[in-house]
Amino acid sequence: MSEPTPKIRMRGVRKSFGGKVVLDGVDLDVAAGQGLVILGGSGSGKSVTIKCILGLIEPDEGVIEIDGVDVLKLPRREREALGDRIGMLFQNGALFDSLPVWENVCFKLLAQGRITRAKARDKAAEVLAQVGLAATVGDLSPAELSGGMQKRVGLARAIAAQPDIIFFDEPTTGLDPIMGAVIDGLIVDCVQKLGATAVSITHDMASARRIGTTAAMIYHGRIVWTGPAESLGRSGNAMVDQFANGQRDGPIQMELRK
Amino acid sequence: MASVLFDPLAAIGRMVLGACRTAGSVALFALEAISHLVRPPFYGRLFWAAFLEVAWFSLPVVALTAVFTGMVLALQSYTGFARFNAQSAIASVVVISLVRELGPVLAALMVAGRIGASFAAVIGTMRVTDQIDALTTLSTNPMKYLVAPRLLAATLAMPLLVLVADILGVMGGWLIGTLKLGFVSAAYLKSTFDFLETDDVVSGLVKAAVFGFIIALMGTWCGYNSKGGAQGVGGATTSAVVASSILILALDYVLTEIFFAQ
Repeated sequence: MSEPTPKIRMRGVRKSFGGKVVLDGVDLDVAAGQGLVILGGSGSGKSVTIKCILGLIEPDEGVIEIDGVDVLKLPRREREALGDRIGMLFQNGALFDSLPVWENVCFKLLAQGRITRAKARDKAAEVLAQVGLAATVGDLSPAELSGGMQKRVGLARAIAAQPDIIFFDEPTTGLDPIMGAVIDGLIVDCVQKLGATAVSITHDMASARRIGTTAAMIYHGRIVWTGPAESLGRSGNAMVDQFANGQRDGPIQMELRK
Repeated sequence: MASVLFDPLAAIGRMVLGACRTAGSVALFALEAISHLVRPPFYGRLFWAAFLEVAWFSLPVVALTAVFTGMVLALQSYTGFARFNAQSAIASVVVISLVRELGPVLAALMVAGRIGASFAAVIGTMRVTDQIDALTTLSTNPMKYLVAPRLLAATLAMPLLVLVADILGVMGGWLIGTLKLGFVSAAYLKSTFDFLETDDVVSGLVKAAVFGFIIALMGTWCGYNSKGGAQGVGGATTSAVVASSILILALDYVLTEIFFAQ
């Protein structure tokens, strides 16, 4: 019996900026409904990996498939249409500061013409409630929100159009541990309700264990390990365990200038 | 020995290649933005907001510049022309200088400082805070959403702004002419309109539209390609103002050559 087609499949994806190789042949499979967490040090290529999948960066070579379709070979319009099924929570929220919260939340629905402006406020209130925010928050400007609230609004914006793939870029960065746990809980709830496939990148091990079912470690532009997220820190892979336990000594050497 | 000879040449070569690359990048950027103007969806609200920003909120600074320029022009012309007993030509000199040259150029330089910088800062900040990437993930083409409406708005708003600047500049000259230099109001105005031709006004308005396009193009291009946080946005803002100012002055010569060379 053949294996089911992965939701996301990457093969031999390479990307360089100038002379610096960032992705050096990334191979990665994400099954439908899976919650994958990508771990790796700063500059290891985590963000570039998800930006390649999202179409924000064009890889130099390799294959990226979504539902078995090679997205790099798709015409621009079809590729943009594929983006309609994808949501993204950016590290800093990336909320549009010229728009009120309700318009941020319903931006994609309005852009796709799936909702009228008159109905968008009610829809925003409904989605804001899913992330634990009151409807009155919808009238505020993003600049008036705390870091935790901005993350929640970013999450609301990512799920409002009910995507079937969601990316989370450092969802707990800059938050206190309690708020981090709250955001993780919301992410898990929202992803489960949507039945979506989630790909997250994080440095926060507690967060990785909470939101991931599977983890992958990227090092020097390659995926060097994949395994269950719950095994992080005791995976048996020296690199992963050093990273997960935050140990200074081990196979991963930080490039420090002396 | 060879390196002494070739190093400066290599540096010049790199500079020329860099300039060609930048010119090509700006040209492709402009073509893509223009292509979005004729393909739906259209963002009318964003166009209107940018139009108001250029036409209405730039009006005070452009109006002040025009009035004072008209006043100074009248005074300076009087000082010079009095030596040849040609004071009667002041009204026509003021109106032709303003409508053909000073109105469009000075208004454009003011707007470049205000709007070019603003476009670069807003779009540059959106770039460095991932808001432009966010637009892409939200099924919205950033060129269509951020660049095309601003280009169209500035191109259409500048002629209106320059028309007002021309009128206010002539009014400034008239004020000085009648209140300080002793001209009879009706004679000054008659002299103004007798020498003014349609071509003068049209060429000034065409210049204004071209300058508006350049200001928006350089502002959006510099912002769109900014990188490196706050410093990058600051650099983009400076580049937008400097590049659009230089292009305005250079294109002013080219357009003047085209309109009045014969």
